[in-house]
Amino acid sequence: MAKVLMDGNSAIGEAAIRAGCQCYFGYPITPQNELPEYMAAHLSRKKGCTFIQAESEVAAISMVHGASLAGVRTMTSSSSPGISLKQEGISYLAASELAAVIVNMSRGGPALGSIAASQSDYFQSTRGGGHGDYRTIVLGPSSVQELADLTHRAFDLADKYRIPVIILGDGMLGQMKEPVEFKHEVPEELPVRSNALRGAKGRPSRIVKTLVSDPVELEELNWSLFRKYQLIKKEEVTYETFMIEDAKLIVVAFGIAARIAKGAIKRARANGLEVGLLRPITLWPFPSEKVQELAKRTKFFLTFEMNMGQMIEDVQLALEGKGEVFFYGRPGGVIPTPSEVLRVVSRLYYQKGLK
Amino acid sequence: MKKVYTRPESLKRVPFHYCPGCGHSIVHRLMAELIDEMKLRDKAIGIPPCGCAVFAYHYFDVDMAEAAHGRGAAVATGMKRAFPEAIVLSYQGDGDLAAIGTAETIHAANRGEKITIIFVNNAVYAMTGGQMAPTTLLAQVTTTTPYGRDVVMEGAPIKISEMLALTKGAVYIERTAVNSPANIRKTKKAIRKAFQTQIDGLGFSLVEILSPCPVNWKMSPLEAWQWIDKEMTKEFPLGVIKDTTGKEDAD
Repeated sequence: MAKVLMDGNSAIGEAAIRAGCQCYFGYPITPQNELPEYMAAHLSRKKGCTFIQAESEVAAISMVHGASLAGVRTMTSSSSPGISLKQEGISYLAASELAAVIVNMSRGGPALGSIAASQSDYFQSTRGGGHGDYRTIVLGPSSVQELADLTHRAFDLADKYRIPVIILGDGMLGQMKEPVEFKHEVPEELPVRSNALRGAKGRPSRIVKTLVSDPVELEELNWSLFRKYQLIKKEEVTYETFMIEDAKLIVVAFGIAARIAKGAIKRARANGLEVGLLRPITLWPFPSEKVQELAKRTKFFLTFEMNMGQMIEDVQLALEGKGEVFFYGRPGGVIPTPSEVLRVVSRLYYQKGLK
Repeated sequence: MKKVYTRPESLKRVPFHYCPGCGHSIVHRLMAELIDEMKLRDKAIGIPPCGCAVFAYHYFDVDMAEAAHGRGAAVATGMKRAFPEAIVLSYQGDGDLAAIGTAETIHAANRGEKITIIFVNNAVYAMTGGQMAPTTLLAQVTTTTPYGRDVVMEGAPIKISEMLALTKGAVYIERTAVNSPANIRKTKKAIRKAFQTQIDGLGFSLVEILSPCPVNWKMSPLEAWQWIDKEMTKEFPLGVIKDTTGKEDAD
């Protein structure tokens, strides 16, 4: 189909419907309200589909839990404070090995914070977020087109691994309008999940549970989850590189910050500075091997985030001391400009004697 | 010889873990009998709560999935909306339904979700060792009201079923008890009507069952049965609280 001009939140809604999402459960919070509003307008009228404005984020994720148990594609969305409330349900989804898509159009924190775009939920998203030893797949889009594409991928990954998948956007991505092309049509048939509960007709009854009183059995559940996570780490890492071939200094940034960084890098190149970008698209699993590979060619990395420094820990862990990592970040919902990042990049470049 | 009493097919051959004199096993059996009699095994999905009854999934031979503490009504909502052909049964205790899950319960009722909640009220948090529940009676001693529940400090017992009856979406709510053969028969009748309400797609149905917990009440099973009559029913009177189904009783 042709490109249409659409805000990021609505684009997720359209992409989700085209991915076969049948049940959406949400709760109003800025800056993601266009998404539940889109679903109220478009999903609720589709045959066999449901939109509910729940009484709370806790209820919304629990409804996702119920719909996922029944075997359909389901999603919820929120922004940072609401995502904190959803962590109980995400932990249950992870332990029960249930598919779900959770969108976080994150905003400045901690607590009520601000409604401006921020990336301060990186830790919460990539470390599990709720209680217990689990991970979720975390996707970090950086454009409206990628929001649409990754929404589709999120549903596929959730089904493939029976895992909650988080789309970590931010208030800016959700609100801004860009041309977007929807490349998929609503699938006629979706994979049937063998753990779906739809009544025990013609088969033995099934139990989906997370209470495992015997520590040895619970240990085995944790090992089995761990093996799944190892497989995901092996199979699903994605990233983008930009002007990286000859780069002496590599900026590592994700989401909207990576687009700001690209602007800075283009200007740095115009000034004759050899700077490149590594943009992780899967934030978990993190592209650690790519960082290690790049460290064979350069020792200088600048992590740029719209927070106080969270992804920098993954860069440091990947480097294992084989490179120097510097940081520039603005927390609280302040959006840095490309020229601001250019100043940081240039200063570091000259200080380290790269020119 | 004619067989007059047997294990319901919907109840697995697994011994109950419940304490002597506990009401859960009676309620389980009644539900299983009705799942058999109403031929619901093929489409029933049970949702046990956090608490003593979490192990219900070991006993019922139907599809079962646990909910997080208090979230039964929300999980049931998601399940029923995703798969409306299912008969969704959420089994919840008083702490689960009337404290941590109050919001989920009230809003599911208000939306008129076509689900059934079996609400077991034993006036105490049993699995955690006998703490005060929202339904604990005034002056009742629990481990967190060691001097008795005080209306000034802890408020009065909450009448959640009466609150739910105020919502338009709740169409059938009845309070029963399982402390005598007559009351057990009435409970079965109420659960049957609640199941039928869901089958007929009329709206939200709930049966609150006053149920003995001799261990945490520190009573003998017989004393516990008597305490329900003498004390609990004064605060929580038995009978139909709301019925807008327009249907006669099922039997």
